Amino acid sequence: MKLLFEKSVPGRGMDILPPLDVPDCPLEAGLAREKALRLPQMAEGDLCRHYRALEKRAHGVCDGFYPLGSCTMKYNPKIDEQMAALDGFTGVHPLQDAKDAQGCLEVYARAEASLKEITGMDAVTFQPAAGAHGEFLGLLLIKAYHHDRGDLARTKILVPDAAHGTNPASATMAGFEVVSVPSTANGRVDVEALRALAGADTAGLMLTNPNTLGIFDENILEITKVVHEAGGLCYYDGANLNAVMGIARPGDMGFDVVHLNLHKTFATPHGGGGPGSGAVGVKALLRDFLPDGQVVGEAGNYRFERPKKSVGRVKEFYGNFGVVVKALCYMLSLGAEGVPEAATGAVLNANYLMHALVEGGYEAAVPGICMHEFVLTLEKLKHETGVSALDVAKAMIDRGIHPPTMYFPLIVHEALMLEPTETESRETLDECAKAMLDILKEAHTAPETLHACPVTTPIGRPDEVKAARNPVLKYEF
Amino acid sequence: MGGYIPSTRSERAEMLRAIGLEKPEELFASVPEALRVKKLDLEPGLSELALFREMRGVAAKNRVYRSIFRGAGAYNHYIPAVVGAVTSKETFVTAYTPYQAEMSQGVLQSIFEYQTMICELTGMDVSNASVYDGATAAAEAVNMLVDAKRRVALISEGVHPMTLETARTYAFGADVEIRTIPLKDGRTDMEALASLLNKDVACVLLQSPNYFGLVEDGETVAKIVHENRSKFILSVNPIACALYKTPGEVGADVAVGEGQPLGMPLSFGGPYLGFMATTKALMRKLPGRIVGETTDDRGERAFVLTLQAREQHIRREKASSNICSNQALCAMTAAVYMAAMGETGLREVARQCHAKAAYLRGELARIGFAPLHEGPFFHEFVTACPAGKDELVSALAEKGILAGLPVDGGILWCATEMNSRADIDELIAAIGEVLA
Repeated sequence: MKLLFEKSVPGRGMDILPPLDVPDCPLEAGLAREKALRLPQMAEGDLCRHYRALEKRAHGVCDGFYPLGSCTMKYNPKIDEQMAALDGFTGVHPLQDAKDAQGCLEVYARAEASLKEITGMDAVTFQPAAGAHGEFLGLLLIKAYHHDRGDLARTKILVPDAAHGTNPASATMAGFEVVSVPSTANGRVDVEALRALAGADTAGLMLTNPNTLGIFDENILEITKVVHEAGGLCYYDGANLNAVMGIARPGDMGFDVVHLNLHKTFATPHGGGGPGSGAVGVKALLRDFLPDGQVVGEAGNYRFERPKKSVGRVKEFYGNFGVVVKALCYMLSLGAEGVPEAATGAVLNANYLMHALVEGGYEAAVPGICMHEFVLTLEKLKHETGVSALDVAKAMIDRGIHPPTMYFPLIVHEALMLEPTETESRETLDECAKAMLDILKEAHTAPETLHACPVTTPIGRPDEVKAARNPVLKYEF
Repeated sequence: MGGYIPSTRSERAEMLRAIGLEKPEELFASVPEALRVKKLDLEPGLSELALFREMRGVAAKNRVYRSIFRGAGAYNHYIPAVVGAVTSKETFVTAYTPYQAEMSQGVLQSIFEYQTMICELTGMDVSNASVYDGATAAAEAVNMLVDAKRRVALISEGVHPMTLETARTYAFGADVEIRTIPLKDGRTDMEALASLLNKDVACVLLQSPNYFGLVEDGETVAKIVHENRSKFILSVNPIACALYKTPGEVGADVAVGEGQPLGMPLSFGGPYLGFMATTKALMRKLPGRIVGETTDDRGERAFVLTLQAREQHIRREKASSNICSNQALCAMTAAVYMAAMGETGLREVARQCHAKAAYLRGELARIGFAPLHEGPFFHEFVTACPAGKDELVSALAEKGILAGLPVDGGILWCATEMNSRADIDELIAAIGEVLA
């Protein structure tokens, strides 16, 4: 498909601004830009057609099933979008006096109150813009806590080998050394190995529970105890909170700091890669280190406050406010009973789908009841037929399903990670199971057709090696 | 039907039986009994209409000003109707990061087009797919340029205070030392900069137009900084880029900035857009997603996420950054805005911003609000305030006017294409009434 720049015709354009109504003020000599600014020149109608064509070449939650593991692609309620788009929210300048922005501060205060209850934490900041951003802030809080106590020897963060890639990357950005904690054969943290690794140099542990294999680690209280006894703090990666919200709380599990992906668990849309919101909740011992801009006070008299030993800030202003409005709407819609009901629905759907797939011949990486997601290993299939996890994923595309997360977690070979979420109907799960079982059959009868998938998409498999070796990262005019 | 769950209770019971369970609680057998939540202390769920009423009430507690003369990092610009129409398209709103290229060409191509426009705007070679905002773009740029030997970043005091604080906070993480460069008459003090440079300095960060609206001498900075074999990060206003010398033209190594002026509403500070572009030489150090063009197995043009060897899901603790989700829909917003405006339109926005600011500055001076600084400015400037700042701001607020931001020494004003001559004249008259 042609790029905007290839559709541009000199002289075309739109009529947006009225004529200047004050005297013109030319720039002083030597300041002006010299190069032309080659932006597209298009009529409004052609611009709309261009983006409509792009929309047809993409896949959103309403285009079909989206069981992308660890990404929680649940339905994004329309009312939440509509409320975030109210002029009373979008028209507010971030540096208005707090008394002129009581509605915005109330959004933060109420969202904080709800998330404190759901996570069992004592305070929440909404400054981080995404999950990884929240991880980074959470680790800075841990660092500030140890430094404040004069304990400078705690330089290591323990991270299970099944963790999301952002965990070790965030730990490095926060200046920590990463120590990998092995998993047991059944996907749990190896508690004895953890005990051996935890010590006077341990700043903390980062853990996702349920973990990336979709397993709730029943040793969780022992795990957090081991870290606390060594003097470290426990960090909860909330990417998988959808399985347990309203069922169990990270705060009760012994976690001191947690980040939540509002764009996963709390139904705000992903926008093709953001904006998200990586709210961070902390126990009281970390409250004083939170970033500038905590909302305090009572309804009608809210104000921003800088915590006493604040680490500073990780963003301009107060966070992705519009995203927080949507998450608050979602929490208000669900309420006390809807929150655990959503989690239960997510876990039920995952088990229902896993059951159908395993009965039909797929192999679960960890057998038994899963949480909101599960991992298949296609190692045997690949060995027997040459059909890989990638082939199966691409074949799913031809059947109208967005593929699962592939080749993750790294500790499972030929992994496919499926997370159906609670907002999918039984028919959708049945159709997905049928499609995947058809693919399995085809792997044994006609593997070569699967290597050629997808065939129904605007493009076939792209040459990624060429893209990386000879990077073309912008249009060459 | 709480939680947008389609299946009925009886369907759910059947599904449970299908997997050999009786009660939903059995799904959570692995959660220790001691950890089970009995009941959340939250209100009961709301119907859609009840939610609508509730949230409309919350929004009504904010004051939306009809006349805005405040910027300081968040700017009131006109957003063409086509921008919202495109970016509210269901598929763009709800898609995930485009991992599966075959079914994500639309999103990937839109990012590629965005990257091209950012390169055009900044005069740089390579742009990423976006970062969280202008402040994090600056902080990521510092992280990108420090190495084992050079651990110091110099940051001008003319940089937005929140950007400076964000960079300091990131630096606490990465064990980087931040030293600030003082100002002289509102602009970065070149002599002070020269004296602060040494072999430990990895990079120097300036903002132009700076926090006080003044255009900095980027070319001189680039020369001094490069003589020290350090790198130069220039934070810019994207609208100003249409008119003023680009970061590429002045010799910056990394261009960063807050993209909010490119079609994003004020929205109480977010979601906004961090843009970040660099030279070919530094391409592989750039953090964040990058889309590249390649071909598919049929030889046709295709777009993919590329140079992923820099990223967290491949490199884990050795990644150039932890960034994963960014601000993709905001990047698309900026791209649609720039396409709608075109070169002529974007230059006109910039020209009008500057002209209106000059008119406002002249009118304010006429009634005793003398400008604090001389020399070139874009669309913001600081004036003295002959009356109590907070009292003046409050009195104007009562008239529906958001005045400039009170800062040390005066008030930081901003004008954009949104402020008509009549609005400016009204402001001047209103100030006259307040002072009288």
